[in-house]
Amino acid sequence: MTRITFVEADGTRHEIEAENGSSVMETAIKNGVPGIIGECGGACTCATCHVYVEPEWVEKTGVPSPMEEDMLDFAFEVRPNSRLSCQIIVSDELDGLVVDVPTQQA
Amino acid sequence: MSAHEIETDVVIVGAGPVGLFAVFELGLLDLKCHLLDILDRPGGQCAELYPEKPIYDIPGFPVITGQELTDNLLKQVAPFGPEFHYNRMVVSLEKQEDGRFRLVDDEGQAYVCSVVVVAAGGGSFQPKRPPVPDIADYEGTSVFYAVRRMEDFRDQDVMIVGGGDSALDWVLNLAPLVRSLTLVHRRDNFRAAPVSVGRMKELVAQGKMRFVLGQMKELHGADGQLTSVSVRTAGGEENIPVTRLLPFFGLTMKLGPVADWGLELNDNLIAVDTEKFESSVPGVFAIGDINHYPGKLKLILSGFHEAALMAQAAKKIISPDERLVFQYTTSSTRLQRKLGVKK
Repeated sequence: MTRITFVEADGTRHEIEAENGSSVMETAIKNGVPGIIGECGGACTCATCHVYVEPEWVEKTGVPSPMEEDMLDFAFEVRPNSRLSCQIIVSDELDGLVVDVPTQQA
Repeated sequence: MSAHEIETDVVIVGAGPVGLFAVFELGLLDLKCHLLDILDRPGGQCAELYPEKPIYDIPGFPVITGQELTDNLLKQVAPFGPEFHYNRMVVSLEKQEDGRFRLVDDEGQAYVCSVVVVAAGGGSFQPKRPPVPDIADYEGTSVFYAVRRMEDFRDQDVMIVGGGDSALDWVLNLAPLVRSLTLVHRRDNFRAAPVSVGRMKELVAQGKMRFVLGQMKELHGADGQLTSVSVRTAGGEENIPVTRLLPFFGLTMKLGPVADWGLELNDNLIAVDTEKFESSVPGVFAIGDINHYPGKLKLILSGFHEAALMAQAAKKIISPDERLVFQYTTSSTRLQRKLGVKK
């Protein structure tokens, strides 16, 4: 099991045991983290699972694929550490990962 | 208001996979269908959200893409000659004195039918509203999500936001008639066709427009009239004079006018029974992702099953005196004739 922390815009923290192999978006939805919608169900076609990866984790989560970059155009308040959480797959490597949930999804 | 009313047996609201399969089931029972969809093509979410994505849970197809499924369904319903009306949203639904229904779309076209099937999935695809404070105050006067009349943009200070084909196409189309033009996009890469991007860059080089790398932050103006937009850029913030703003942030699904048709809703979904998939208004059915009943699963295959049962009930409304004999396409000569596979 891998620990992932979601931080809501108001600072509320949700520490969750995530299942390896599932996506960070699925982890959030399964555990009812507010602010992550996942309208398209994880097909990288909606930009409603936008998160900010805390800077110290950016290297481990990697960079968005060109398709994810395209879809981030539909997100709001995009920053250099913006990711679509359906495209981050949980693994042992990510144990302790912290992501911030934006104030509003697209 | 269009003078010519379309009369048909069934109007299907939504041309996604479930709406399309409803044409098949209704067609086997000799019912003629018109379909309306807010998109410019059939397929619904399959076409809009995941045309290239594989679907693994369509019975009989270990794997099929949204586009392939749509194409197959179109082929399957072709013998029944459904009529499609794209780029249309049904705005009203009323019951007439003769017991039939009258629907009117956003272009004023009226449809009169005996049965209405709402197969609108997650609702209608509508443009996303960017979360910029007060943007709603300017919508329809200074902020537009589509260009209906190019003349509304003549001699205006226009800002277009986005990096896809809609954004770039309107940059190129509006450039000759506006007073000033600014394209705002968050990065230097564009999803739009490279040739459009190239032409935009030429316009920038010729001094006919500006490209600003950044994101919208604040709108300024009063009484619905926009005067400027602040854009956050790498270098800080820039306030740009703007009287017309066109943000292109893609589409999202909203229930839309369906909510006002007097149908009983359950958490924004249409409540139906599980025998006929009929709503609280007799003669109005709801199938696919838009309906709700105990145990509902939002699966395409569930929608197909709902379509089959709905069709039986629709037939009884339209031909109450006809005895319905259930038949299989595999063995019924009559059904095979309808499908055009037997003379």
